[in-house]
Amino acid sequence: MNPLDSILGTIISGVVLTVILTAVIGAIAPAV
Amino acid sequence: MEFLPLDRWIHFLSGITWIGLLYYFNFIQVPAMATALADKDGPGPAAIGKYIAPRALLWFRWAAVVTWLSGAAYLGGDLWKALALGMTDGGTVYHTTIGMGAWLGTIMLFNVWVLIWPNQKKILGMVEATADEIARAKRVALLASRTNTLLSIPLLMFMGSASHGLPF
Repeated sequence: MNPLDSILGTIISGVVLTVILTAVIGAIAPAV
Repeated sequence: MEFLPLDRWIHFLSGITWIGLLYYFNFIQVPAMATALADKDGPGPAAIGKYIAPRALLWFRWAAVVTWLSGAAYLGGDLWKALALGMTDGGTVYHTTIGMGAWLGTIMLFNVWVLIWPNQKKILGMVEATADEIARAKRVALLASRTNTLLSIPLLMFMGSASHGLPF
């Protein structure tokens, strides 16, 4: 099942990606 | 007249037009098309495809271009620091944060012009396509559009957070 097949799956995936990318920002940002 | 505030205003206006239409497609038009197709006694989805979708796609794809160009112009000399996610001389957390948004927006612009628009032209009958090609075009366009909806969630967070702080 592809989460992009439903609106809810798309939104949940977007929120999860946001959290992951924010963690990446914390790891690579030159000065937080 | 100050260029940066004017450019930022244009970026907001075009960005809202782009993402607003993206949400219209994903939350309203696509589900409505499915409902109209399933409603055997109803008027069907033909009018949406003939009168609404082409006009919505026109504003959608050109708003995407204006959004990207006004965003790149806003960053100006900082564009490369942003695209390097701040990992360059003089890079700051601002460049990392806005750069994440810039990369997401760039991927989304690619999806609009390379995946969504060419496939929508087949779906709407603007170019010749076989039934198999149209079926494949529908799948690719849907997944690219849903991907952009997904990416818009972190994009808006990073764009807004670059100057105002991350929420968590």
